[in-house]
Amino acid sequence: MQSTTTYNNTVVRQFSIMTIVWGVVGMGVGVLIAAQLIWPALNFDVPWLSYGRLRPLHTNAVIFAFGGSALFATSYWVVQRTCQTPLFAPKLASFTFWGWQTVIVLAAITLPLGMTQGKEYAELEWPIALLIAVVWVAYAVVFFGTIVQRKVKHIYVANWFYGAFILAVAMLHIVNNLAIPVSMTKSYPVYAGAVDAMVQWWYGHNAVGFFLTAGFLGMMYYFVPKQANRPIYSYRLSIVHFWALISIYMWAGPHHLHYTALPEWAQSLGMVFSLVLLAPSWGGMINGIMTLSGAWYKLRTDPILKFLIVSLSFYGMATFEGPMMSIKTVNALSHYTDWTIGHVHAGAMGWVAFITFGAMYFLIPRLFGRETMHSVKAIEWHFWIATLGVVLYISAMWIAGVMQGLMWRAVNEDGTLTYTFTESLVATYPYYMVRLLGGILFFTGMLIMAWNVWMTARPAREAAPVRTATQEA
Amino acid sequence: MSSFWNWYIGIIAVANILACVWLIRWTAKKRPDEKPAHETTGHEWDGLTELNNPMPRWWLWLFYATIVFGLIYLVLYPSFGSYAGLLGWSQYSQWEEEVAETEERVAPLFEEYAGIPIPELAEHSDAMQTGRRLFENNCAVCHGVDGGGRVGFPNIANDDWQWGGDPEQILTSILDGRQGNMPALGGALGEDGVEKVAAYTFSLSGRDAPEELVSAGAELFEQRCAACHAADGTGRTALGAPSLANDNWIYGGSLEAIKTSIRDGRQGVMPAQKDLLGEDRVHLLAAYVYSLSMDERNAEAEDVAEGDERDD
Repeated sequence: MQSTTTYNNTVVRQFSIMTIVWGVVGMGVGVLIAAQLIWPALNFDVPWLSYGRLRPLHTNAVIFAFGGSALFATSYWVVQRTCQTPLFAPKLASFTFWGWQTVIVLAAITLPLGMTQGKEYAELEWPIALLIAVVWVAYAVVFFGTIVQRKVKHIYVANWFYGAFILAVAMLHIVNNLAIPVSMTKSYPVYAGAVDAMVQWWYGHNAVGFFLTAGFLGMMYYFVPKQANRPIYSYRLSIVHFWALISIYMWAGPHHLHYTALPEWAQSLGMVFSLVLLAPSWGGMINGIMTLSGAWYKLRTDPILKFLIVSLSFYGMATFEGPMMSIKTVNALSHYTDWTIGHVHAGAMGWVAFITFGAMYFLIPRLFGRETMHSVKAIEWHFWIATLGVVLYISAMWIAGVMQGLMWRAVNEDGTLTYTFTESLVATYPYYMVRLLGGILFFTGMLIMAWNVWMTARPAREAAPVRTATQEA
Repeated sequence: MSSFWNWYIGIIAVANILACVWLIRWTAKKRPDEKPAHETTGHEWDGLTELNNPMPRWWLWLFYATIVFGLIYLVLYPSFGSYAGLLGWSQYSQWEEEVAETEERVAPLFEEYAGIPIPELAEHSDAMQTGRRLFENNCAVCHGVDGGGRVGFPNIANDDWQWGGDPEQILTSILDGRQGNMPALGGALGEDGVEKVAAYTFSLSGRDAPEELVSAGAELFEQRCAACHAADGTGRTALGAPSLANDNWIYGGSLEAIKTSIRDGRQGVMPAQKDLLGEDRVHLLAAYVYSLSMDERNAEAEDVAEGDERDD
């Protein structure tokens, strides 16, 4: 059966290429705004280039354009193969590609123009938010339709995670974006005050939990055992950590609102559930890393496996750091400092981007009919440059964040604050420089990858047209 | 919050945590037909298989430990709706306690400073160190670290005062705040009139402007502006009408900025600090602000004294 099934590779190929394109764009904007924090003149007095407008462009580009395209690409690849059936509703799948790219282009236009809902990670105004909802429902139909018509009895664990990610993001997006439009480009949320803040961070934290964690764990559960050519370490572990993760994540949002007007019972629950989340989060790391047992030697020679395994280490680090930062006494120090930025980037660069790089290096040659990437040496270079970049970035932000937290709370004998806010900023500049250097290194790695993908894809179009046509069963 | 909601939150939250415990135990149970630990479960997808390894023991203990900690925390701290927790702790009471504790420690110091007259306190170096820190953390965001001001926020480091520079006047400005209101005269004057008055105002600080505009503007100024800004444009501190006859401008001294001020008016608000910082700290701040223009004030006083000597 397996050999006669032909899969829909076109949409996977499209999303994969756009993953690389948006990676370059999103990380490039990241480098620019990191530089703006040191040299504000880099906004050239042009409103469209000001930090406040480019920062949401950066986050949207890396999370939803780069990360989103990677999730679409890999979920479509994985669900077909683990269900042994081509994609359900291929036209709808094609619509999800063009729809999602339209959303991204609209975001890239409206955000620099200053059109925003002002909700972090949910900035896009209501017409775009509506389009996202439509595309997302189409995505769910394609994905779950494929699951329904599967040729194997059991549903593979990667698909549990992809499925949970798709359902939860639909719910989060719709609930958080309920708003009353006043014009084509402006709307106001239906929630007010602390309720609005709670809904926003219920969304915001679960965007991390389901978009950036569950979705990418789906990726991990396919590409790690594939590349290592080893069975998943423990089926039982995957069951427990899956259900625990998705049920407990839903409660963790209030830790973004510690010591605010949010009722204290909600803060307490947010903290407790964030702590209980530690073990379920680590379950995925253990299952991924232990899958390599008996094949550790492959790490020495295989740069793709290096990306995948190191991504799991950063995942483990970030999911330890997260619960720790949700403890109220720790949060009192870390909140509002650059430590949070460091934490987010340990997850976004170390985990999300690294596992995406690994998965893309696995997929691209297969999608373009090649044995391997054009240059395996370049993957190795990408890995080391990017690793150095992440380490510089997050350690700079850790030090800067702890320093800021300590400076802000330092009090003199007379009860006055020891430092002004400006003094804490001045003290942060050296770390902003190190962060910029880390960002430039990470971006350089991304450019190396783009070159490598270009070289891999280019001759295939000319030499091997057989694999490029849409293949329907 | 009604007790219904307390139960509603409590039951769902605890049920979710206990469901995790049940899930761990149910999954860990040995099944009669299952494969040994190091074999695969028998399922296969696209060449991928899964081993039947048990969950790592250390990981299970970690999971249980966080659950036990979490449940204890929820009993001790505010957790389910209006349930306040056994410890009776809240972020508000913690803040109030810390503030009260600090206040008790530092209040005598500020009380002591409050007893010293402002001009004398402005020479007190320890007090001025404390005053500087209060200023930088409370005032500098608008008036600048050096008190030099920003557009819309007056310079308070020189001896030209919108509301008066006597110690008592400075104290009142900080304590009770000020509201400056320059009415919009664009409607009454017309664009032509605005042009003329602006040219005259521009010339008040010794700068050149077209003669015919200035003389026409002088007449209009007399009618419309002199009541507050005084006939010679030097302002009246009692009304908060700033001097227009020097190069110290709150909203900018360019011809364009002056036109905007006349046409559209200006509203300035200095927020009252009495309830935010308390009278004793405001007294110290007034002394610090007074000290910022001390050099200029002394130099002016010397000039006057020298002038008096020459007159003799």
